[in-house]
Amino acid sequence: MSYTYPTTVPESASDPDPSDPHYQPSRRDFFVIATGAFAAVGAVAFVWPFVDQMNPDASALALASIEVDVSAMEPGQSITVVWRGKPVFIRYRTDEEIAAAKDTQLSELKDPVARNDNLEAGAPATDENRAAAGHEAFLVMVGICTHLGCVPLGEAGDYNGWFCPCHGSVYDTAGRIRHGPAPENLLVPPLTFADDTTIKIG
Amino acid sequence: MQGTSEYTPRTGIERWIDKRMPLPRLMYDSFVSYPIPRNLNYAYAFGGILSVMLISQILTGVVLAMHYAANSEIAFTSVEHIMRDVNYGWLLRYLHMNGSSMFFLAVYVHIFRGLYYGSYKSPREIQWLLGVVLFLLMMATAFMGYVLPWGQMSFWAATVITNLFSAIPLVGDAIRTWLWGGFSVGDPTLNRFFSLHYLLPFMIAGVVILHVWAFHVTGQTNPTGVEPKSRRDVVPFTPHATMKDAVALVAFFLVFAWFVFYMPNYLGHPDNYVEANPLVTPPHIVPEWYFLPFYAILRAIPSKLGGVIALGLSVVVLFLVPWLDTSKVLSAAYRPLYRIFFWVFVVVCIGLGYIGAMPPEGGYIIAGQLLTAYYFIHFFIILPLLGFIETPKPRPASITEAVLGRPDEPGEPATPAGATAMPERRG
Ligand code: FES
Repeated sequence: MSYTYPTTVPESASDPDPSDPHYQPSRRDFFVIATGAFAAVGAVAFVWPFVDQMNPDASALALASIEVDVSAMEPGQSITVVWRGKPVFIRYRTDEEIAAAKDTQLSELKDPVARNDNLEAGAPATDENRAAAGHEAFLVMVGICTHLGCVPLGEAGDYNGWFCPCHGSVYDTAGRIRHGPAPENLLVPPLTFADDTTIKIG
Repeated sequence: MQGTSEYTPRTGIERWIDKRMPLPRLMYDSFVSYPIPRNLNYAYAFGGILSVMLISQILTGVVLAMHYAANSEIAFTSVEHIMRDVNYGWLLRYLHMNGSSMFFLAVYVHIFRGLYYGSYKSPREIQWLLGVVLFLLMMATAFMGYVLPWGQMSFWAATVITNLFSAIPLVGDAIRTWLWGGFSVGDPTLNRFFSLHYLLPFMIAGVVILHVWAFHVTGQTNPTGVEPKSRRDVVPFTPHATMKDAVALVAFFLVFAWFVFYMPNYLGHPDNYVEANPLVTPPHIVPEWYFLPFYAILRAIPSKLGGVIALGLSVVVLFLVPWLDTSKVLSAAYRPLYRIFFWVFVVVCIGLGYIGAMPPEGGYIIAGQLLTAYYFIHFFIILPLLGFIETPKPRPASITEAVLGRPDEPGEPATPAGATAMPERRG
């Protein structure tokens, strides 16, 4: 079976010719474009629910903060707690560790920014800006290497801070990146001391 | 190559179908009477092997999904349940697990064959591009499949790979959170990976149809790189390619079976039999063997964004190969210099794989950086340059001349008895 179509759709003599320089767009042209645009916007709008359903859901967002009792910790001890599914290191630092961190000049750091969610974005990475405010012995950090997300090992590496076994990033006793592929210091999450021995994270 | 159809329906029912939906005609013209160059060697068998591997992975995967549970609480246990309780569960899982390795083994041979015989050159560029798309889809599928058993390697592979996206400036962190569906790899991540792991193989199957369609339009390359010029240069697909592919497939399955039955965990990593623990990273994490060269490239650049760009570029560069290679000669057999550089490149890729498996320290870092540099030099400098400085060897006038080793005399019987036996002419 085959059909032959007329080579051109018959036009009435009164139809305006779009190639005519004096051609005025008609009401029909307007409707065609408006309908098409409306359908396109609608289709794009429907993409969003399909994309956004992959973002963290209400139950994931609900687990936003935790409280940790640190009354039993002694200097030199560390604990790891879970916050939003991520490990958070809480280290009660020794005096030597604090001194070593304080002695480090900012110019020696690979990342001179504090990366502390409790301070404004550009704060320098001094030891005061890294440790918990008012409790300089406590260092609280998300225990996730800023390179590709492994969990670094404590009291390890050249600076006796943290060492990431995955690709060899080395952090000092204030959790600042010293060498290796990681670009940033370990992140200090939002935290407050609810009382002298309870840390609230998040 | 698009000749007229040689299909003649013999029975009434065949004629009835042919008028309504000529699928048998399509199959006959594509896989029976379809002319292929008469000089194809075993390197050309891997396309067929790959199709069979895809079917095998889909079959074993569909039945494994009947027993697997994509929930981070029980995923690990459900895989152990498949291994211990499900009837033949161990066999199905080992087939699927080692099948992915065999799939990649075949695809690497297939890709290198394409590079050697210039299968990406005009007029086969689209076919090559579709092939690279298939390779990317395979990589995504394999990666997500590896996460499903929810062992330590699964979890940390997922973590490291999804973190690659956080290197993108500005939107990186938002993309990573979106991929995870949370603030770390967790249950939502596992669920969506399972859904996509089930979906992607069917997309692969769709692109395979386009890939096969493309080579039925342009015809296959062949070891001489000279296009078939007459009926004497070709033989029908069946029985010639069918039988040769079958022989290759049996040999390939012997290797496959050796892994499945004698060392099913050899290519895996023991840490993946430890359940995922978000608080402890295994001391030495490595991807599956088929990703090692790319992993070595990632680690060779001492900057996060730089490493991710190099990794992406190392795959994307394959898309550019048809335009990077400036030589008009297809087959490396007639390109004395390219032939040497091709084998050097193969060795470099294997070397990168070795480096990828080693810890990132000392000499391994330097070696990884040198090999990575060479990898890119091969594509961006050597390939474009060779076309200008190389003098190709004289090529045979036709495939038949290359096969016979002397000029083709059209008067004599076209080819040795048997080779011409067109089944449709025989009866
Ligand atoms: S993830 Fe820590 S060094 Fe790469």
